[in-house]
Amino acid sequence: MNWAGLYTVLSGVNRHSTAIGRIWLSVIFIFRIMVLVVAAESVWGDEKAAFTCNTQQPGCNSVCYDHFFPISHIRLWALQLILVTTPALLVAMHVAYQQHQEKKLLVLTGHADPKHMEEVKKHKMRISGSLWWTYVCSVVFRLLFEAVFMYIFYMLYPGYQMMRLVKCEAYPCPNTVDCFISRPTEKTIFTVFMLVTSSICIVLNMAELVYLVVRACARRGQHNSNPSSGKGSFYGHKLSSEYKQNEINQLLTEQDGSLKDMLRRNPGLQEKGDRCSAC
Amino acid sequence: MDWGALHTILGGVNKHSTSIGKIWLTVLFIFRIMILVVAAERVWGDEQHDFVCNTLQPGCKNVCYDHFFPISHIRLWALQLIFVSTPALLVAMHVAYRRHEKKRQFRKGDQKCEYKDIEEIRRQRFRIEGSLWWTYTSSIFFRLVFEAVFMYAFYFMYDGFRMPRLMKCNAWPCPNTVDCFVSRPTEKTVFTIFMIAVSSICILLNVAELCYLLTKFFLRKSKKAGNNKHHSNHENKEETKQNEMNELISDSCQNTVIGFTS
Repeated sequence: MNWAGLYTVLSGVNRHSTAIGRIWLSVIFIFRIMVLVVAAESVWGDEKAAFTCNTQQPGCNSVCYDHFFPISHIRLWALQLILVTTPALLVAMHVAYQQHQEKKLLVLTGHADPKHMEEVKKHKMRISGSLWWTYVCSVVFRLLFEAVFMYIFYMLYPGYQMMRLVKCEAYPCPNTVDCFISRPTEKTIFTVFMLVTSSICIVLNMAELVYLVVRACARRGQHNSNPSSGKGSFYGHKLSSEYKQNEINQLLTEQDGSLKDMLRRNPGLQEKGDRCSAC
Repeated sequence: MDWGALHTILGGVNKHSTSIGKIWLTVLFIFRIMILVVAAERVWGDEQHDFVCNTLQPGCKNVCYDHFFPISHIRLWALQLIFVSTPALLVAMHVAYRRHEKKRQFRKGDQKCEYKDIEEIRRQRFRIEGSLWWTYTSSIFFRLVFEAVFMYAFYFMYDGFRMPRLMKCNAWPCPNTVDCFVSRPTEKTVFTIFMIAVSSICILLNVAELCYLLTKFFLRKSKKAGNNKHHSNHENKEETKQNEMNELISDSCQNTVIGFTS
């Protein structure tokens, strides 16, 4: 399981994302993960071996390295990228659950042929209802993780700049000892690059959040101005056992439904649906 | 045979797992195996090479390293992950056995067999009940046991989960008590704590899955006991089916609409 495996897992989620979500995923994989694997890892590859202190005292090198680099940039970025990409799996799980429910419903209404089952698997879920909340939560978590890691970076490596020389006096170093870091300029460049792409991802996430909220409000506004769901006679149906069924029907017609879209595309199925026992 | 191959093998088991089981498998592969491969192996990569002792005595460094690290963290984690993921293969074997039996029935032309063709048998997802329930529950139990045993082994071998910067060693042939310095101790402590935390999350998921299975089992048993007391006729079955459909529809599943507009 490596970055390629993660790519396989996440590219499935891509289908149910918004356009901004897809851009974000591309930025993550091309400008962050790929840069990390292809370039940054070789820059940091010799970070410990080439960390040299001006002393012959055994152990001083290790101790000073550990003091100045409690956790390497590369590992922090790897953790950041993994934690930032995994909230998308919440959405994948929710979509899988909804697809499972749709399949169950198809089986119960007697439409369990392979063609309709395949269509359930292939069609894109609309981001509405509970899926909207899951999606918004995943975007919020992404933002949170990005911000937390940027803060951790700033705490551990103030100014994001890699120094050429650091002075160390931890035991067993005999006194204050000069230690030299390997490739400091190259490391600074890559640190700044990763920081910039991280900021771009934060901006994309915020834009996606705003877009989702605006869309939800617009949809709600549209629904309020068109209350055409046909409640029927309130008193007449209230006491009957069909009241609950009508309530459910109303719930269904009020929401945008992907299965509804599917039925629009397959009129034959809708006819059968009209004749079924739930009507 | 590597982690990718294990992923392929276990991906097949995923189809017959509960939802909690699927979450557990995702956590295992992304937060444990992936972190191990992508990050932790680099951190521990130079552990023996950069283990430095304050002596020129040949052999002292080797002996001290062996004394303080009888088995490396990385190898322990790899063993733990392999042991923890393989009980799922019990379930895979049981499912394969059931499929084989159904195929045998189908080929014999058994009237009781409800499948149309071999492909349907291959694709079918089995419900976790009967003997499969016992196999599944045993596999979760073994997972829990292995996780707990390895966490204890870790704690016992490394006296807590922290990696010290300096260790004092006086094993032969070191001339006297010698200072030995471990490479990247802070980074190693961070990753050890991370792996322990994820391991605990996996234990919790397994416990939750066990509780879920037991609850489902007892509910099913009480439902069966309840149904045996009443007459089950055709109308009852229709009503149950309708209720199940209504439940599915109203169960926060806004995207599952069949055009029921009257």
